[in-house]
Amino acid sequence: MVSPRFQRALVVGASSGIGAELVRQLAREGTRVAAVARRQSELDALAHELAGAPGAVLARAHDVTDVADVPAAFEEVVRGLGGLDLFVYAAGAMPAVAPEEYDTEKDLAMLDVNLGGCVAWGNAAARYFHSQRSGTFVGIGSIAGDRGRKGAPVYGASKAGMEHYLESLRNRLAERNVRVLTIKPGMVETPMTAHLDKLVMPIKADRAAREILGAAQGRLWNVRYVPLRWFAVSLVIRSIPSFLFRRTSI
Amino acid sequence: MAAAGLNPGGAERRVSAREARPRTGYEYIEGWGMAVGAPARVLRPRSVDEVAAGFAHARRDGVPLTLRGTGCSYGDASVNRAGHVLDVSGMDQILSFDRATGVADCEAGVTLSKLWRHTLPRGHWPMVVSGTMFPTLAGAAGMNIHGKNNFKVGTIGDAILEVDVVLPNGELVTLDRARRPDLFHAVIGGFGMLGAITRVKLKTKRIYSGEVDVKGVSSANLAEMMAYMDAHTADADYLVGWLDCFAGGAAQGRGLVHHARYLDEGEDLNAERTLQVGYQELPLSILGFPKGEVWRMLRLFNHDLGMGFVNWTKHQMGKLEERKGFHRQSHAAFNFLLDYVPNWKFAYGRGGGRGLIQYQVFVPKESAHAALSEVLRRSRERGHTSYLGVLKRHRPDPFLLTHALDGWSLALDFKVTPERRASLWATTDELTQIVLAAGGRFYFAKDAVIGPATARAMYPEGALDRFLALKREVDPDGLLQSDLWRRVFGGDPSRFTAE
Repeated sequence: MVSPRFQRALVVGASSGIGAELVRQLAREGTRVAAVARRQSELDALAHELAGAPGAVLARAHDVTDVADVPAAFEEVVRGLGGLDLFVYAAGAMPAVAPEEYDTEKDLAMLDVNLGGCVAWGNAAARYFHSQRSGTFVGIGSIAGDRGRKGAPVYGASKAGMEHYLESLRNRLAERNVRVLTIKPGMVETPMTAHLDKLVMPIKADRAAREILGAAQGRLWNVRYVPLRWFAVSLVIRSIPSFLFRRTSI
Repeated sequence: MAAAGLNPGGAERRVSAREARPRTGYEYIEGWGMAVGAPARVLRPRSVDEVAAGFAHARRDGVPLTLRGTGCSYGDASVNRAGHVLDVSGMDQILSFDRATGVADCEAGVTLSKLWRHTLPRGHWPMVVSGTMFPTLAGAAGMNIHGKNNFKVGTIGDAILEVDVVLPNGELVTLDRARRPDLFHAVIGGFGMLGAITRVKLKTKRIYSGEVDVKGVSSANLAEMMAYMDAHTADADYLVGWLDCFAGGAAQGRGLVHHARYLDEGEDLNAERTLQVGYQELPLSILGFPKGEVWRMLRLFNHDLGMGFVNWTKHQMGKLEERKGFHRQSHAAFNFLLDYVPNWKFAYGRGGGRGLIQYQVFVPKESAHAALSEVLRRSRERGHTSYLGVLKRHRPDPFLLTHALDGWSLALDFKVTPERRASLWATTDELTQIVLAAGGRFYFAKDAVIGPATARAMYPEGALDRFLALKREVDPDGLLQSDLWRRVFGGDPSRFTAE
């Protein structure tokens, strides 16, 4: 068997979508993976599915909005893995938002998952990698973080904030030999996007996960659009002047 | 003593030490030389109460606790693969300094750097400093560190007047030469196995200039170097020899002695200026390169051929330096050679079992020349030539597990790689036999290799048993342990080198 690209990995937000696919692919290539997610039943199903895979799966139920539990959960899984080489923050929430909806409670709950949880887990992982002087840190952002769209004011803001945080970590940890990679997926068919009417250039989660692991392995990318063609789309979208952008349905 | 929570969760926040770090965290903790390390939960107390709370925390979790400062010990002295780590570097306040007597009263985590920056403008310099300014005073006391003036003033323990120690049962005691002198002399040099030092009161030296008078003296071989140093123990305040460990035959042990002395009152007409902290700063660039990046260049030379060339060049430069005669250098520039190139250790690699160990041997003066010559020859012969060799003269002191003796030490930096590790350990095993046969000792601030049989053999009659009896008295259930403790005092008692 080919040796795995990463010996020990931790995926937060592992019960469905891109996170679950990452766990599957990592475990199948022999990586020991800790799968962290809120729903124990989903984790159990994933662990059961991967029972015969070469890499062991270590499941830990945890709600990323429970920030106080993060240090203990982080220590528990890293101890269980016997170290850490790859960290992925894939937890994300994108509730449907009506055009004239301004629901603060709902928006803050989304920020707690997309940004608050990322910072809580990211700080624990960054400190560990800093002290270890090695590691790969992957954050799943979004093309939604590139522009303030009508449809998703707070989802976009949470991803933009997360990507800013990741860039800072990248610059901070570079001298410690730690790599921080921002992934900006386009439209991926996952439970999170199931409520959207139409998906533009959609890809399946397994392809997204494959591309993410490919980008995480090399040293080429700091920010990687998945699939890559979204880079070109994003260039165009980012260059549309504001007075025109507001007239579009993007 | 009331044990407050280590993480009270209050709004109070403070950024301290060299980097802001979380109060507790799961981190990879390694020795300075990077060759040994393990992940551990790190607790960072900010008060004596929190130190005791940290002890209780480890007890509650049923795991041993290791004490750590800034992690300057080369080996596994502050590494704990079996439990938690208590890092006192956040307790870093200088409580008082008396300009008239030069006595400084400091919290455990005050570094030598912080201490000299405080005392220098007030006309004092620490009695003893290491080659780097970053150790904490608690770490320095726990290891009983020495400087280039060990032959003259002894170890840092000799300058310490009083320490506060939190014992494993949570009790806070103040120790000095009158109150529990047995414990005082064991805690200093006790490598954190008897209690956590939380306060250190020590005397500093009155100085009349921010500079020392320094002269480089090139030596053609070890005998010549030792003869020079022996001849000048009376008129020098500092003596340190650098060795080109690549040189063999008649040139074995060639190198450069630095001989320095303090300036007397009135000798430095610019004392007002040189006694300022700003005057002491080390250069920001080296040969025009920003010094933070210089290790990348050193990495290009980090192999036998490259370091052979670097050592040869340094020896030739030493001959030129000798022609300069006495010249002046700031205290910081003279003492803290290891801080010139930040992160120079990265030249040895940055992880994956790469790094360095420092193997420092202490040998009585009678057998020193023969033993050190053999150590140099044997390490070269085994293909593990030290990339840096440093020779110092020492004197005995009254501390129970002291490394210092009336003799010499040779510190050797050996490169560690996963491929060469086994052969390096086998080589140090041979060297250890040579040193023990010569009546020598080792030093826990540096050590990464010795085993139980070496510890048993190296101390004067009864010293180790007295130490172990004290350990049983104050820490009956073995709360305080480190990887070093388990390596040197556990395991196979017949082994001179631990795996």
